[in-house]
Amino acid sequence: MFGYCSDPSALDGLVWLSCYLTSGKHMAFYASFGTVMLLLAITAPAALLFGFGGAVAARSAFWPLRILGKAYSAMVRGIPDIVFFLFVPIALDQAFEWMRHKALCPEWEAPVRQGNDFVVCVEAKLPLSASPQWVHESYGFALAVLAFSIVFGAFAANVFYGAMRTVPRAQLETAQAYGMTERQSFWRVLIPQMWIYALPGLSNLWMILIKATPLLFLLGVEDIVYWARELGGSKTSIYAYPHPDWRLYYFLALLVFYLALTRVSEIALARLTARLSRGQATMAGEALRKAAV
Amino acid sequence: MKKLILGTAALALSAGMALAQDVVRLGTEGAYPPYNFINDNGEVDGFERELGDELCARAALTCEWVTNDWDSIIPNLVSGNYDTIIAGMSITAERREVVDFTQGYTPPSPSAYAALSDDVDLTGGVIASQTGTIQANYVVDTGATLVEFPTLDEALAAVRNGEADAVILDKDSLAPAVNESGGEMMFVGEDIALGEGIGMAFRKSDPDLRATFDAAIQSMKDDGTLNDLITKWLGEDSPRF
Repeated sequence: MFGYCSDPSALDGLVWLSCYLTSGKHMAFYASFGTVMLLLAITAPAALLFGFGGAVAARSAFWPLRILGKAYSAMVRGIPDIVFFLFVPIALDQAFEWMRHKALCPEWEAPVRQGNDFVVCVEAKLPLSASPQWVHESYGFALAVLAFSIVFGAFAANVFYGAMRTVPRAQLETAQAYGMTERQSFWRVLIPQMWIYALPGLSNLWMILIKATPLLFLLGVEDIVYWARELGGSKTSIYAYPHPDWRLYYFLALLVFYLALTRVSEIALARLTARLSRGQATMAGEALRKAAV
Repeated sequence: MKKLILGTAALALSAGMALAQDVVRLGTEGAYPPYNFINDNGEVDGFERELGDELCARAALTCEWVTNDWDSIIPNLVSGNYDTIIAGMSITAERREVVDFTQGYTPPSPSAYAALSDDVDLTGGVIASQTGTIQANYVVDTGATLVEFPTLDEALAAVRNGEADAVILDKDSLAPAVNESGGEMMFVGEDIALGEGIGMAFRKSDPDLRATFDAAIQSMKDDGTLNDLITKWLGEDSPRF
């Protein structure tokens, strides 16, 4: 990074540290914080969508859909996360490749499964072997986002399902009395009032999601925990910046990061709760009403 | 005429296939110096980086480096995420059942125990090693208590902080840590010969690519460049061809 860094072995003290902390590897470490934030930013809305879909399906009057919604949340919640994270991306990847293989290489005769090997034609590879590394990394990241969304969506589905049932029955009956159709009362009365009941459960999920991001490394995405372990491990002089075991310092930095993220989330969620409580038939809503008088 | 067009199309297609196949993805661990490690620029470096690049140059292939956790390095090869493993992997009968190896690019190299003192109990004590290595298998046979770690560095750290009495892995990869510990760590006991040398692993369904690399390794053995690489990265004491 700096001009004087060309020969790290000749440096010491703060100068050495300034070079060390700006090495290419550290840049990758800093960038991985962005990876984690990006994962959170995409996964949270995606999981909400999955959860909402699951909850609506589970409440459906059409029984196959109802079974599907309930099975989704029961199955995914019942399977250990790690098993799921290891299985889903590999299974999804092979499923995509198998479909592309069938579509793109109809003349291929060799079996796809040869003993332990999973062999598809070159054109069906996802991503193509010839594509640059960043495509492979984005693909791995996308699979990770999908796996996270499916898992956290199942938990969110259960939260939404409970929240939808908690909205006072009288509200829905009143809506019907006003002549609203099923659909109208669902979107105009049930959904707006559901959020306040869903929020405590969803905020729990968000906190757990923040702490689950190190699972990314299981899926081959190099996240902050991977880099902290890699950078902190003791380095012999084969590396440009040899040092003893510094994992403690790196993990302390991660601790600060996660605590800060948790604190910021708490503040944001508290504001959201206050906002959603406005005009609701809950104790918090009542308190807001009294304060306003 | 129609046949001719079809034939041309097929030819063009297969040419395209050959072109796409020319990028070979090399899978490595990136945490096993001096064989393979991530250097301070964030790139794969080490003995196998230089070896792999040279092999690809000789075979006229475009190669791309991929890092993968040691634990899942074979499953990801057979499911096609990369085309070969070049990660300090010893050739063993057990691994041969799942993947095919080239000839070894190192001679069978010794494994060794490293510990903080020379009076540790190697057959009754607690011995650290890396998960899924031939050394870990060996420890089980000696009757010692085995503790496994995902990486070399963590296995070494376990000995430094007293969690394990000694660590056993490839002598070449323990040597830098032992030599630079300032006398804190030392090799204990006799060297042990395990495995049949280190080779590149391929899918069983990929014999052509394996043959290509096998020939390239042979050519490096023949002109002595492989020995030079071994001396450069693994040290003067490491066995050569």
